[in-house]
Amino acid sequence: MPDLPIPAIADDLLTPTGDGVRLRASRDRESGRMIFPPRPEADARFDAVLLPAEGTLWSWTVQRFRPKSPPYAGSDAFEPYAVGYVELDGALIVESRLTGVDFDALQIGMAMRIVPLPFTLADGDVRTSFAFTPAKGAQS
Amino acid sequence: MSEDVFIIGAGIHPFGRTPGLSGLQQGVFAVRQALGATGLEWRDIQFAFGGSDSAGNADTMVSELGLTGIPFINVANGCATGGSAMFGAYSSIKSGEFDLGMAVGFDKHPRGSFSPLPADWGLPDWYGETGLMLTTQFFAMKIQRYMAQYGITPHTLGAVAEKAFANGVLADHAWRREAVDIDTILDSQMVSDPLTKFMFCSPGEGAVALVLASGKKARELGLPATRLRAVAMRTRPPGSFEVFSPALDLERGGSPTTVASKAAYDMAGVGPEDIDIAQLQDTETGAEIMHMAENGFCADGDQTQWIAEGRTRIGGELPVNTDGGCLACGEPIGASGLRQVYENYMQLTGQAGARQAPGDLRLGYSHVYGAPGVSAVAIVER
Repeated sequence: MPDLPIPAIADDLLTPTGDGVRLRASRDRESGRMIFPPRPEADARFDAVLLPAEGTLWSWTVQRFRPKSPPYAGSDAFEPYAVGYVELDGALIVESRLTGVDFDALQIGMAMRIVPLPFTLADGDVRTSFAFTPAKGAQS
Repeated sequence: MSEDVFIIGAGIHPFGRTPGLSGLQQGVFAVRQALGATGLEWRDIQFAFGGSDSAGNADTMVSELGLTGIPFINVANGCATGGSAMFGAYSSIKSGEFDLGMAVGFDKHPRGSFSPLPADWGLPDWYGETGLMLTTQFFAMKIQRYMAQYGITPHTLGAVAEKAFANGVLADHAWRREAVDIDTILDSQMVSDPLTKFMFCSPGEGAVALVLASGKKARELGLPATRLRAVAMRTRPPGSFEVFSPALDLERGGSPTTVASKAAYDMAGVGPEDIDIAQLQDTETGAEIMHMAENGFCADGDQTQWIAEGRTRIGGELPVNTDGGCLACGEPIGASGLRQVYENYMQLTGQAGARQAPGDLRLGYSHVYGAPGVSAVAIVER
């Protein structure tokens, strides 16, 4: 498994793949229910799984003011960003930043795929987070 | 046989910003006003439940109110703090153990949005660090999807805020007391699409106290009273869509509101069609719209017509948020749920002044919702 070129924002969040990243999640062995963020690996009631890379936009908004710190750890320079829930077939509906799309073009039902997102912390360090972006060539 | 429980008095410290008083002192103000309205003294009170989210421990009020030695139980239940305080007071009297007690809620929040910490909600730090943990985002995304599903337009969002501010003008405890026209609301700064600045409530300050009594005690005192027909508080069912959710189940379900609402109707033996006036959680205009349906007052999507026809205005067939709700009063978390019950008490006992809803009001309904998925509903009867 390749390492991320930039460290992830959390240890148990992302798994690098050939063409990007996938989100780690847990599946309840008994009920089959998927859980994100994942449970600790030591918890024997769950299997570690990766969430699908593609899905459809379930809802969205735009964060137009800088969130308070803490908990927000981004830089003081603020640009509005889009946020959404993406429905991943057979898994979960996951909350994520949205990237590479004009706010005006956001539409419920559009096809999306996960990409790594460089996230600059207040002290200038950069970490790898995740976002969803319109899926190229997908039929929406 | 359990006891009937009545609200026999209420007090409020005006909502908004009061630089000279702590949240706790505003709570004491509300308690004294409630006692004054009933002619009772603090030493008559047998127990109290109280709480705030960020303004301290309610039970320390005894140093100002009097060291009578009563049990005073602190409640910390997020946005449902006031509702939970009332649930505690209601249950204590219903059990037959006490016949006179109080529920009090107060708060004092700093300016701007709430800034919750992920660990307090069982969430990893990255969720807050990357800018996903905001109540405003949740509200926006819940109504965004609801609008797409049920054809609700921004104009209906604006009409709800316009009504709130119009009602706030008439309510002397409200924070925002100026009418705002719908174009100003729709054209104001976009905060979290589709919701503009005037469509959101703000964290604020304020306090409410209610005096609760057994049926026997209420008859003995002969004060204006409303009977608590139901008090239900519920946490979330599977498949609900809650604030602070990094992920949702594919299989969609109900909400804590639908569950608490049904429990309250069952307990009271009435249905939504019997309710004469309602106070519904309106942290933003979309919440009022969705909560109209989640509490059973209309079908999903019918809100457009209801609101266009003014059915939820004072004087309409179901007045909603007659004091301007959270939109006009702001949201001091610990006090907010009790403000709704206060408003129904004042309306049903004919003490609501300029905002008094006309007609013979018999049943009042109140509903509060909060993180991480709790709702409390109360039904009172004149």
